[in-house]
Amino acid sequence: MSEGHAIAADARPRLPRGVRLTHNEAQGGWMLLAPERIFKADAIAVEILKRCTGEATFETIVDDLAATFKAPRERIHADVTKLLGDLAEKKLLEL
Amino acid sequence: MAATASLTKPLGLLAELTHRCPLGCPYCSNPLALEKRDDELDTATWARVFGEAAGLGVLQVHLSGGEPGARRDLVEIAASAREAGLYTNLITSGVGVPTRTMRDLWEAGLDHIQVSIQDSDAVSADHIAGYKGAFQRKHALAAEAVRLGLMLTVNLVVHRANIERIGAMVDLALALKASRIEIAHVQYYGWALKNRGALMPTREQVERAADEVEALRRRHQGRIVIDAVVPDYHARFPKPCVGGWGRRSLNVTPSGKVLPCHAAETIPGLEFWNVRDHSLADIWASSPAFNAFRGTDYLPEPCASCERREIDFGGCRCQAFALTGDARATDPVCHLSPAHELVAGMAEIHADAPYVYRR
Repeated sequence: MSEGHAIAADARPRLPRGVRLTHNEAQGGWMLLAPERIFKADAIAVEILKRCTGEATFETIVDDLAATFKAPRERIHADVTKLLGDLAEKKLLEL
Repeated sequence: MAATASLTKPLGLLAELTHRCPLGCPYCSNPLALEKRDDELDTATWARVFGEAAGLGVLQVHLSGGEPGARRDLVEIAASAREAGLYTNLITSGVGVPTRTMRDLWEAGLDHIQVSIQDSDAVSADHIAGYKGAFQRKHALAAEAVRLGLMLTVNLVVHRANIERIGAMVDLALALKASRIEIAHVQYYGWALKNRGALMPTREQVERAADEVEALRRRHQGRIVIDAVVPDYHARFPKPCVGGWGRRSLNVTPSGKVLPCHAAETIPGLEFWNVRDHSLADIWASSPAFNAFRGTDYLPEPCASCERREIDFGGCRCQAFALTGDARATDPVCHLSPAHELVAGMAEIHADAPYVYRR
């Protein structure tokens, strides 16, 4: 659904206050915590979300991930668009 | 033991900091016998509990009450939850938390705030809360929280007196710049049972409200998240109460008793352990109350052979006890329960009696 929503290249995605990525030993991994919601964040999601600082642009984040993981840029672009689009729709990310 | 083998790690902790509250809501969910101020846990004990909770796997803590603002050490308590690494949520009526305290809470690292609204109409809202001026004070606190940059959830408790105004209440939440709305129909436990006839909406009202909520959700998609809980008495299937008994969450009362859910004390014969005597990990794994209804092995038919057994865990134990006298029974909210007629009958009883306020 949200794949249809393009994200502007110069958008600076940011987790708002009230949405936090945290590591919990007992739960065995990274979790994205939000109001009344807990999402288990897989390794890819963690790499994407750690870069959503409000400083890096969407374009830089995609470039950075493509370079770091030596993956095709189009695929990374699609993955990041999907994750961030979903989170923005749930009001868990500011674009 | 099967219960130990299937032990999960809790995700959430409801911290009832106090049972004191300035409001008198007729559907109050706190127990009939409130715990006294002198018995409340102190600041340091709460800090220890939060540390133990984080170690146990708890990710989110909900600071609640009564009205948590009645605690003078609320800011220190919130700070200690945050220091333990917990996602810290304040559940407040909005009355009793001064705006300067709100700022201190923000500085202490509070993650989120949930404010309850009784109605979109100020006069009706104050009438329901049994407190003159409550509406205006809630409004002010919610506005201050948003101004500080906190995410706000507005909690709308729905019953016969306000069910026709869900749209207007959602508009109010939007005007307050809430990011999330929780529409919760009154649940009939504790004090709410005293007012059931006065609070119970009609089936037509419930159906209209469900359609309205769906339409509102579509209309505001992307602007605000609307979570709605189906009203128990008008449902076909029961709710998976607290996500399964002793499975995902714990509740610590003002005096330190640890309960599987906030209404668990209504079930007679359960032995609750206290954080003053045991560690939270010990309580989670071994307290008799937590093990009383863990898993699904104890469930009778129709649950025993039901494919929803691991979805709703037979529903709510407290409700099963309140309505049938047997805490192990299938929650009578389920249309398959032999006692379902009872619930259907109660849902039809409406009495325009004055509220019995909680005082």
